[in-house]
Amino acid sequence: MTAPAAEAEEASANWARARAGVGDRIFAGSALAAGLTILAALAGVFIFLAIKGASGFTKPAEVYGPHAESFLGYVLPLLVGTFTASVIALIIAVPLSFGIALVISHYAPRWIAAPVAYVIDLLAAVPSVVYGLWGAFFLANKLVPMHVWLHDHIGPIPIIGNLFGEPNPAGRSVLTAGIVLAIMILPIITAITREVFSRTPRLHEEAALALGATRWEMVRMTVFPYARSGMVSAVMLGLGRALGETMAVTMVLSVGFDLSWNIIATSSPTSIAANIALKYKERSADLLNVLVATGLVLFLMTFLVNFLARWIVGRSERRMAR
Amino acid sequence: MAKSIDVSDVNIYYGDFLAVEGVNMTIRAGAVTAFIGPSGCGKSTFLRSLNRMHEVIPGARVEGKIVVDGQDLYEPGVDPVAVRRQVGMVFQRPNPFPTMSIYDNVLAGLRLNAGKMKKSAADDIVEKSLRGANLWNEVKERLNKPGMGLSGGQQQRLCIARAIAVEPQILLMDEPCSALDPISTSAIEDLIHELKDEFTIVIVTHNMQQAARVSDDTGFFNLKATGEPGHLVEFNPTKKMFANPDDPSTEAYISGRFG
Repeated sequence: MTAPAAEAEEASANWARARAGVGDRIFAGSALAAGLTILAALAGVFIFLAIKGASGFTKPAEVYGPHAESFLGYVLPLLVGTFTASVIALIIAVPLSFGIALVISHYAPRWIAAPVAYVIDLLAAVPSVVYGLWGAFFLANKLVPMHVWLHDHIGPIPIIGNLFGEPNPAGRSVLTAGIVLAIMILPIITAITREVFSRTPRLHEEAALALGATRWEMVRMTVFPYARSGMVSAVMLGLGRALGETMAVTMVLSVGFDLSWNIIATSSPTSIAANIALKYKERSADLLNVLVATGLVLFLMTFLVNFLARWIVGRSERRMAR
Repeated sequence: MAKSIDVSDVNIYYGDFLAVEGVNMTIRAGAVTAFIGPSGCGKSTFLRSLNRMHEVIPGARVEGKIVVDGQDLYEPGVDPVAVRRQVGMVFQRPNPFPTMSIYDNVLAGLRLNAGKMKKSAADDIVEKSLRGANLWNEVKERLNKPGMGLSGGQQQRLCIARAIAVEPQILLMDEPCSALDPISTSAIEDLIHELKDEFTIVIVTHNMQQAARVSDDTGFFNLKATGEPGHLVEFNPTKKMFANPDDPSTEAYISGRFG
């Protein structure tokens, strides 16, 4: 009687003793912890900005200095400055990055592709101060003729012409800052898109080729649709870096405070990040609160842009999946 | 529409490695030709050289002549893209374009060739191709749904519809049933019988019964030894091949004594 019962018990114990055991649980736990840490860090930053910055929204006029009388009047030009520089950077960097990534992943022979990829990655390792120095003391001068040309030729055109008003004689304009930013965000966008491009399933590529697609048609039919989500991520990371970039913008741009759409102007509003860096030294407690509040605005705007982009991509994918 | 293929002295390389050596054969128009042989003997490699898909792999190249309709596919100046529009291909694993609907999948090849076409003409081609692939009745209600939502066998027939929509002269099939269940396999085999009126069909298969069922001619590929290049051992009508092959190694393979 007892022997079979004991045997059965042992058997069921064998089945219950899952082999997965400790290793799996440690891994699952650490993965979860890592994920929660990110969320906690993000929430921590947000809470800090909210608490420290809350009072910044309602400081009296004199804190904002001579150029603005309210928080809105203070932050709006900065926001415009931040976004114009970033948008210029994206307009230049995104097509260039996608092009480079595509050449590396699908066009160039390996002996060219590998070194080019390496050099692009090296661009990311250059500190932003160096880009700032280069932009302020070399590139800006070289771009003066371009500023004049843009003003002379595009300036007279209605509407678009507003972007190219009176040019900055030193070339230290939002446009120059945008170009420097473009070079800075190029590596990150290139690296990520290159990776997702090269992950396109060979099966899909061959399906296109076997139908008589040229290489470019194959890329359009298979690589881009497959990589779309990754391409958006890459652009968002690039945008994130451009929005938050401090040194290069601080050094390149000659700062003004008037809200203006002229991207080659003598004085343009700087970016939020650059403004914080500039003003941090003179911190009176009140101004510090205001600066933190501008940081909160940047934080929220970045979030908003990110969600918007995700939503747009997600919507087109959902439409396909229906 | 269907065209014959004359293959003479074809050597196929991956870089410096000679993978298939000295193939000579004539693939008849409007017939089904099957290639059988053990794994790694180069039958898929050879198949892919028939529409110049082999050279998609870096370093891969082909020597010799493959003549379709009087034109050597490997003559300098022949565009591989043009070759692939005449010689369609169906792959081992079903590979409909994941972001496209069933409708767009069928038209994918045509849109490359023709660019814009009238909606009514496009509808006709989609219906004709899907009927040709025995898939119309199953998908006609959901042409705008993604192709990835179909079962494996349906996806493979969608890929066949996509290949025949461009009206190629020759249709290559690289183990088209190896990822499918027996019922889907039988559906594809029936389809092959119907398609051979219009297309010259070349099929690679691991399944000797399948070769016996669907093909008119059979080629047996084998390796002389491990590390040696693959070569064509025997090429004969399927009936003769399975009843009374010329080469003893063919008989050994077919009767299951090796491979």
